Amino acid sequence: MLTFMASDSEEEVCDERTSLMSAESPLPRSCQEGQQGEEDGDSAAQWRSQESEEDCEDDPDRYICSGVPGRPPGLEEELTLKYGAKHVIMLFVPVTLCMVVVVATIKSVRFYTEKNGQLIYTPFTEDTPSVGQRLLNSLLNTLIMISVIVVMTIFLVVLYKYRCYKFIHGWLIMSSLMLLFLFTYIYLGEVLKTYNVAMDYPTLFLTVWNFGAVGMVCIHWKGPLVLQQAYLIMISALMALVFIKYLPEWSAWVILGAISVYDLVAVLCPKGPLRMLVETAQERNEPIFPALIYSSAMVWTVGMAKLDPPSQGALQLPYDPEMEDSYDSFGEPSYPDVFEPSLPGYPGEELEEEEERGVKLGLGDFIFYSVLVGKAAAAGSGDWNTTLACFVAILIGLCLTLLLLAVFKKALPALPISITFGLIFYFSTDNLVRPFMDTLASHQLYI
Amino acid sequence: MTAAVFFGCAFIAFGPALALYVFTIATEPLRIIFLIAGAFFWLVSLLISSLFWFLARLITDNRDGPTQKYLLIFGVLLSIFIQEMFRFGYYRLLKKASEGLKTINPDETAPSMRLLAYVSGLGFGIMSGVFSFVNTLSNSLGPGTVGIHGDSPQFFLNSAFMTLVIILLHVFWGIVFFDACEKKKWYILLIVLLTHLLVSAQTFLNPHYGINLVSAYITMVVMGIWAFFVAGGSCRSLKLCLLCQDKDFLLYNQRSR
Repeated sequence: MLTFMASDSEEEVCDERTSLMSAESPLPRSCQEGQQGEEDGDSAAQWRSQESEEDCEDDPDRYICSGVPGRPPGLEEELTLKYGAKHVIMLFVPVTLCMVVVVATIKSVRFYTEKNGQLIYTPFTEDTPSVGQRLLNSLLNTLIMISVIVVMTIFLVVLYKYRCYKFIHGWLIMSSLMLLFLFTYIYLGEVLKTYNVAMDYPTLFLTVWNFGAVGMVCIHWKGPLVLQQAYLIMISALMALVFIKYLPEWSAWVILGAISVYDLVAVLCPKGPLRMLVETAQERNEPIFPALIYSSAMVWTVGMAKLDPPSQGALQLPYDPEMEDSYDSFGEPSYPDVFEPSLPGYPGEELEEEEERGVKLGLGDFIFYSVLVGKAAAAGSGDWNTTLACFVAILIGLCLTLLLLAVFKKALPALPISITFGLIFYFSTDNLVRPFMDTLASHQLYI
Repeated sequence: MTAAVFFGCAFIAFGPALALYVFTIATEPLRIIFLIAGAFFWLVSLLISSLFWFLARLITDNRDGPTQKYLLIFGVLLSIFIQEMFRFGYYRLLKKASEGLKTINPDETAPSMRLLAYVSGLGFGIMSGVFSFVNTLSNSLGPGTVGIHGDSPQFFLNSAFMTLVIILLHVFWGIVFFDACEKKKWYILLIVLLTHLLVSAQTFLNPHYGINLVSAYITMVVMGIWAFFVAGGSCRSLKLCLLCQDKDFLLYNQRSR
């Protein structure tokens, strides 16, 4: 889900386990800020500094505008659809990259498939003699995990409602520090061990320090968009790897299912925490914490390169709360977010403006998609068909979610459809297709 | 089995498909989406056919011996029927989607049915090829000796070439199939189904690779020529293209000057 609310909750959750990306920066560094910058009277700056909470309140129109779009509805719909396919691909690429990183790591580094204990959020063990007991334990684990997430979300919403921005920001920074330094160090260590590459401590510290410091700067302050996107993908992958390692088998699948249901409920129900978060942010005209949101902005300069100040009055920035995905780590619902930057009010100039359209997806979605595919890859039978089937299923689910987004134009959870497809395809491919394809391959029959 | 075998077989099997993807599909987002949707449809058809095979196995209580072989043959034939059914289903879906796109975006050109036929065929082909071959490929990286028990040592090469021919055949079948559906020539659908059954049934002859591969490639060339003419090509346009005298090439050269 892409919403600012989610980011808060995600932060909370992240802190528990790992520091996740902090969507501190109220706005993704992108050209969109340039557009809004002009409204603020700045020059079309490409980078916008993130100065924590002051910025949030100073720049209420980052990419959110509670105003009514100036264009006629038909035009808006047409433009949305015109860019629809490109948005889908802008999300396919990072999701695919994250999954590729996770699957490559799982298949090569033994560490992430070894059982080395469990997190405190899943205290019940699955090493029980009977199937019923194991099922019960996994259900209990799921209950505990989901209640932790719910509590965190509500805590975040409360914090946000009472404007405790400093607290939230501090937490986000702590989270991303831990993720960028500690988890990267562990990951690098395991990769080096796998490939038997020797590295001395000074080099290691230099590498990790540079990686982490640049990551903190890119995510929380200014940086090139591509670098920020790359860092967000990497920390999603790291987080997903942690989940794959520490969640026991059955609990992981039940948790995935439960998270999708929670996502659906929290985003669509009127009193759902995420929905309340979105609405609060909208009321205050504030951006949601973007540190936990992956944004991919694109700029098309068709005619004029710059919008003149007088025409900016006609520019509208409709806020789409649809895309918010905030729970990176804990599966808080994510909504794909499509935003439409300002467009001139009159149709004559449509083609000659600098258009910026970005799509946002919360990091929680990345993480849970990667957990699903990674678990499929780790599933012990060494089967690639299952992994590929889950991958295609998740992409199709994402595509359908974006289609629904274009139709309904409101915040939608990005987890349910994809995870449902992914789960269906995982279990059916593992149990039905795999024996069939294996038998065919061993006799070299082709269908 | 070495890295050379792995890379060689991987490029034999997937090289042309990758080239087709990079040069024709990767640049347009809409085509990528239709490709993945086609792959998804093939996957669902495989799922359903595996389900039927599994149920058939359950019914016959997993008895060993010739029953398993007959069940497998039954599974293969059923799978082909279901694949072609899903190809038809995808055609219907694309038709509806095309009309929808046209009404919403009248000025923007929606992809033509011929293009969608190609994209869907490639989607089916890529998914089919990948599912058939990727496990074999990953095994080829590991230790072992091929044919140590008296089987043919050309196992990997044969599989790679077979995968390639299946991918290309799916592309051609897609083009011919969709065109037949557009022109309502239903007998052509039957011909596509029969050729698919033929190619698949020939693989039952394995490990007599010679006949199997040669006839599969002949079928592919025939289907390729048919698809070329169905898609609007002609001998003249082919000659112009090969001699670099066709309109597109000339226009492109002029533009770059």
